Amino acid sequence: MKVRLVDIAHARSGDKGDTANVGVIALQPQWYEILERYLTRDRVKQHFSGVIKGDVERFELPNLHALNFLLHGALGGGGTLSLKTDAQGKVFSTALLRLVLDVPDDVARAATLPGVGPR
Amino acid sequence: MTSHASNDRVVRVAAGQGFWGDWLEAPRRQVEGGPVDYLMLDYLAEVTMSILQKQKERDPNMGYARDFIGAIESVLPALADRGVRVIANAGGVNPPACAAAVREVARKHNLAGKIRVGVVTGDDLLPRLDELLAQGHTLANMETGEPLSTVRDRVLSANAYIGSTPICVALSQGANVIVTGRSTDTALTMAPLRFEFNWRSDDWNRLASGIIAGHIIECGAQCSGGNCLFDWRGIPDLANVGYPIVEGHADGSFVVTKHDRTGGRISVPSITEQLVYEMGDPHSYITPDVIADFTTIHLEAVGTDRVRVFGIEGRAPTDKLKVSIAYKSGYKAVGTLVYAWPEALDKAQLADRVLRERLDRLGLKFDEILTEFVGVSATHGALAGAGGGTETPEVQLRVGVRANDKTTVERFTREIAPLVLNGPPSVTGFAGGRPKVEEIVAYWPALVDKSVVETQVEVLA
Repeated sequence: MKVRLVDIAHARSGDKGDTANVGVIALQPQWYEILERYLTRDRVKQHFSGVIKGDVERFELPNLHALNFLLHGALGGGGTLSLKTDAQGKVFSTALLRLVLDVPDDVARAATLPGVGPR
Repeated sequence: MTSHASNDRVVRVAAGQGFWGDWLEAPRRQVEGGPVDYLMLDYLAEVTMSILQKQKERDPNMGYARDFIGAIESVLPALADRGVRVIANAGGVNPPACAAAVREVARKHNLAGKIRVGVVTGDDLLPRLDELLAQGHTLANMETGEPLSTVRDRVLSANAYIGSTPICVALSQGANVIVTGRSTDTALTMAPLRFEFNWRSDDWNRLASGIIAGHIIECGAQCSGGNCLFDWRGIPDLANVGYPIVEGHADGSFVVTKHDRTGGRISVPSITEQLVYEMGDPHSYITPDVIADFTTIHLEAVGTDRVRVFGIEGRAPTDKLKVSIAYKSGYKAVGTLVYAWPEALDKAQLADRVLRERLDRLGLKFDEILTEFVGVSATHGALAGAGGGTETPEVQLRVGVRANDKTTVERFTREIAPLVLNGPPSVTGFAGGRPKVEEIVAYWPALVDKSVVETQVEVLA
């Protein structure tokens, strides 16, 4: 089943130099496991391919039902060097929430995930 | 001030400013809206120090966050009558001048006798830079590894991030307004908790708790409903948003709340969004005082607009301090034009091609030229899809350039306006005039041995 990240998580982002820091938080505590299992470093790297220049790091915070991603080379040099509207990576949060996860039907049903469809 | 005797007492630290430029109303609302013991004001971002350094070069009495003086004036009665103490890194590159301005305001209101200003200095490494380099401190860029010598002649400011100790010293000496330079944002909150509860300097778990309390409230309303994505439509009365307050306990646990009869919302989701903000590696949130482990944080909703935070663990810090160095790095300018329906994106794209061809013909060499189509791809780029069907109501063309040479960037700024008459049609939005050329002050993060930084504290009665 296709699951839109925006339907199962919220997020906030900011900058550290040329790196965007994106925290993703499960909307329901039981959905954290879905994030941990399917929102992998590689999946996020693929999502942002062509948008960021560097690597992706992922950190797990099961205590907060959250994952934290560092997207390197994301901000056109970062800080004052950047010419981007979003020089400080403030809306990489919702850019990540555009991602659509592929979750096996039985897993999605067991976790009562909302499927793709009109909100 | 509450007494030191009881173990279950609460120390309230209120955040009144999340950055220089934050809501002018917030400090006064924090001290007048209900009980608080400390008002914490964070003014410094990464490049703020260099702006202040430039101001100080023009006038030796400047170089601090001027907004702070207005903030102090707005909270003076609370300071004088109710014993609220203020801690701010508003001193920038000139804490003594900031302190003098605070004392001047107190005199003006006949409250000079009630204000004792504590001044924390020693973070400013600019006068010592060559000495440090000569001693073998390379101050290499933490991101690129390059030694500072590559940009030494362009350095504008250099400040070590300092921790809670000098602030605690100033508090113990009776200061009720404490002005620092480049203190860490989090130390401004942790220091009063450490001081009030007499936490040992190696009580890692409690110090880490204080740091995380600081991290939660250092961006002001960003933890109390501001910029909160979770249920954003449902967050009440943002016009009247309440800034956060930490109610600290001796064991390190604390409750984040806000004053009654204010807007916004404090909830587990609102606090979690702020916790992940610019967090980096959650296992190692490094500060001068302690390394905090964000994977040990526990959150619990304990009432309306009340979240309890507990269980936090920390460990000993490193023997280094981070240094924030600012240096000149060329020039930039950004020009914009707005294109209207129909085929707004096509028109903006043609304008961009025309502009670039003209820049090419002029032989201008930029380090970077970036085109964004605001309304289509400026925020999410290709992730937003192709966008820009013929019905798109409008698109803003936004072109930015960067170069070492100022005249190159200046020449670019002359090429935007002509497009209004000699480029694609349905164009407007040039009322602002020629784009401004901006000198770029870039950020150079480095590390230095702790042993070379000595802070000083002076309390002016």
